[in-house]
Amino acid sequence: MAHAQTTHAPSEKYYVPHSSPWPLVGSVSLFLTVGGAAMWLNHSNAGPWVMTVGFAILLFMFAGWFGAVIKESEGRFYNDAVDRSFRMGMMWFIFSEVMFFAAFFGALWYARNFSVPWLGGEGTRALTKIIRGDNYEASWPTDGPGDVGGDFDVIPAFGLPAINTAILLTSGITITIAHHAIKAGNRAVLNIFLGLTIALGFLFVYLQAHEYIEAYQHYNLKLTSGIYGSTFFMLTGFHGFHVTMGAIMLAVVWFRCLKGHFTPTHHFAFEGVAWYWHFVDVVWLGLFVFVYWL
Amino acid sequence: MAHAHDAHAAHDHHDDHGPAKGIGRWLFATNHKDIGTLYMLFSLLMFFVGGTMALVIRAELFQPGMQLVDPMFFNQMTTMHALIMIFGAVMPAFVGLANWMIPLQVGAPDMALPRMNNFSFWILPFAFTMLIGTLFVPGGAPAGGWTMYPPLSQQTGEAFPMLIFAVHLMGASSIMGAINVIVTIMNMRAPGMSLLKMPIFVWTWLITAYLLIAVMPVLAGAVTMLLTDHYFGTTFFEAAGGGDPVMFQHIFWFFGHPEVYIMILPAFGIVSEIIPTFSRKPLFGYDAMVYATASIAFLSFIVWAHHMFTVGMPLAGQMFFMLATMLIAVPTGVKVFNWTATMFKGSISFEPPMLFAISFLFLFTIGGFSGLMLAIVPADFQYHDTYFVVAHFHYVLVPGAVFSLMAAAYYWLPKWTGHMYNMKLAKAHFWLSTIFVNVLFFPQHFLGLAGMPRRIPDYSTQFADWNMISSIGAFGFGLSQLLFVYVIVACIRGGEKASDKVWDSGRPHGLEWTLSSPPPYHSFETAPEVK
Repeated sequence: MAHAQTTHAPSEKYYVPHSSPWPLVGSVSLFLTVGGAAMWLNHSNAGPWVMTVGFAILLFMFAGWFGAVIKESEGRFYNDAVDRSFRMGMMWFIFSEVMFFAAFFGALWYARNFSVPWLGGEGTRALTKIIRGDNYEASWPTDGPGDVGGDFDVIPAFGLPAINTAILLTSGITITIAHHAIKAGNRAVLNIFLGLTIALGFLFVYLQAHEYIEAYQHYNLKLTSGIYGSTFFMLTGFHGFHVTMGAIMLAVVWFRCLKGHFTPTHHFAFEGVAWYWHFVDVVWLGLFVFVYWL
Repeated sequence: MAHAHDAHAAHDHHDDHGPAKGIGRWLFATNHKDIGTLYMLFSLLMFFVGGTMALVIRAELFQPGMQLVDPMFFNQMTTMHALIMIFGAVMPAFVGLANWMIPLQVGAPDMALPRMNNFSFWILPFAFTMLIGTLFVPGGAPAGGWTMYPPLSQQTGEAFPMLIFAVHLMGASSIMGAINVIVTIMNMRAPGMSLLKMPIFVWTWLITAYLLIAVMPVLAGAVTMLLTDHYFGTTFFEAAGGGDPVMFQHIFWFFGHPEVYIMILPAFGIVSEIIPTFSRKPLFGYDAMVYATASIAFLSFIVWAHHMFTVGMPLAGQMFFMLATMLIAVPTGVKVFNWTATMFKGSISFEPPMLFAISFLFLFTIGGFSGLMLAIVPADFQYHDTYFVVAHFHYVLVPGAVFSLMAAAYYWLPKWTGHMYNMKLAKAHFWLSTIFVNVLFFPQHFLGLAGMPRRIPDYSTQFADWNMISSIGAFGFGLSQLLFVYVIVACIRGGEKASDKVWDSGRPHGLEWTLSSPPPYHSFETAPEVK
């Protein structure tokens, strides 16, 4: 049995790596990263340093772990079953990300539909205002009855955010063209359109950073601007972080494409990242509608 | 070096490949059995750490008045006991069982994503180092309850960010573990094993894994909002800025209620494996069991606000959450009925796993009934935050989830180690546990109905008698668990050789019994055919 296995290509069997140091390296790095962050928040001078070391080890872990996987993938150790595992794993990872955003969208929905109207004395809560002794009128956007953070203006939806929507939607098209190209074995089109997608991704992040600077400098809209500022910056901030991660992942796949990795039938890494890209795209549409527009 | 390590492994990957030598076997493990063992040993350790904290609580409550600890430390104990038992003891134990049993039961060589499997385990010791470390920082450990309600939790000292980040790490670990379980089940089943031919333990874990992926990220979001409220000036949970502390409770319990089913659905699976074996009958109503499990999982998403009836909620909300909660009694009733019907006219024998399973059936049902009482809004106004609630959830978690884990250990330990354990001692462990768990928790029903509040280090003298009895039960239960450890350690070290079927006189069913005891290092190199 064992002999028969070795004479065949390794891809006939479900590949189980014998051992790997990377998960443990990853655990140590996460511990140092969040431990350092906790020390930092507790005003320890060593905090930033511990966090930096942890983060550096984290990057090292990613390089090593993914490097090993890429090597195995290019060595054709992975059969269709392994490929399916990766696909399912990525799908459910993206679903968990959706649920993470759902918590923040839920907070936005709850604030707009419940906590703010109730603070304004809606329904049976007429006494709320009398007890508090102010004239707070429920409205959106708001920084609450305490006017936390002071008066602010909001970013109009049909300015920069609309342009950003166009950029992300276009990047969704370019990555689909790249996907068709990889399937057709057309490397030149693949490389051009994947590169274009990355450029659009970073352009989005740049414009988003520009918008933040505008908000802080000219609109007095800050993370500390009550519930509006909280939901606005946490939602768009986590989204921007995910776009950045997605663009970096796209860049890694791009370099692999330039090195001649992937075949028309064997390119999970490309598809996984493409799904992720569509996910950040869809989240953005939710943001555009519920955070900027309505 | 590490590159070579991973890639090299593919070439000498034979059937006869045994475990690596030394500590590397555990640190760099990719084998589902090794990782399962790590998970369960870690869980056992946390069970004793959390149990010790419980004993500090019960020692203080032995008599009215303040004797052993100050109130602040008492509150730290209740908070840490809950966090450690939930995230450190019960959940990792079930993940450990999933690791050991799912590949064996679906006929797979290993878990689908072996490296990620190792990652999800090794995050845990670090997360709990951070969590337990909070006991030693200025301000002490978190003391506002495991539910971390603001604004109280915002008063935590330097432990605060450590608590938040520890929860983040545990969540990451759980999500990765759940993804692995889903992918293994959906992708690695032996040919012929259609979904409705899967062992019931596999089914319950599949549904649990979906719950985990859906709610752990929501918990991560909730604690992130706590963190930014505390350090970065957001006002999610502050009314002055337009937020609402009650919003935290909604988000938290959207996670928290499915979480309690995460801790009981795999227990249902275990009991559904054990009762047919020792009743010598097939499981009554297999399909109904699967659908009941799925229904419970679905309902778990729409009942969360029954934890917060007293915070002030529109009447329509109270009605909805009351009725949805009571609806859960229907699929749960199906399960209890089916277990009973499986035993009905069966040829029953009382080996240790069966004893624990029967005990589970009775005592979990008591916890279910007190849950129904708590679901009734006007009644809950009275019971809320009393010892009645404490009695309720300890009945479903200790003689519920924990007993199922002990049943599972006694059921599969011979399969894992290749040795039979000491039946006499195991039965002694069972009787001590079952008697003391009732001495411990049953009086708490009376205390709660009489009005004793929970999370309080001192109490009125009228509660003295039942508290003393409860504390005696606690120490009896805690000490009995040393016997459990002794039986396990003795079984690992040696004993009578176990056969492949282990329970030869019973009716064990499933692929795991077709392998040797202990099974080969890579479970099914060639997928078995399931008819």
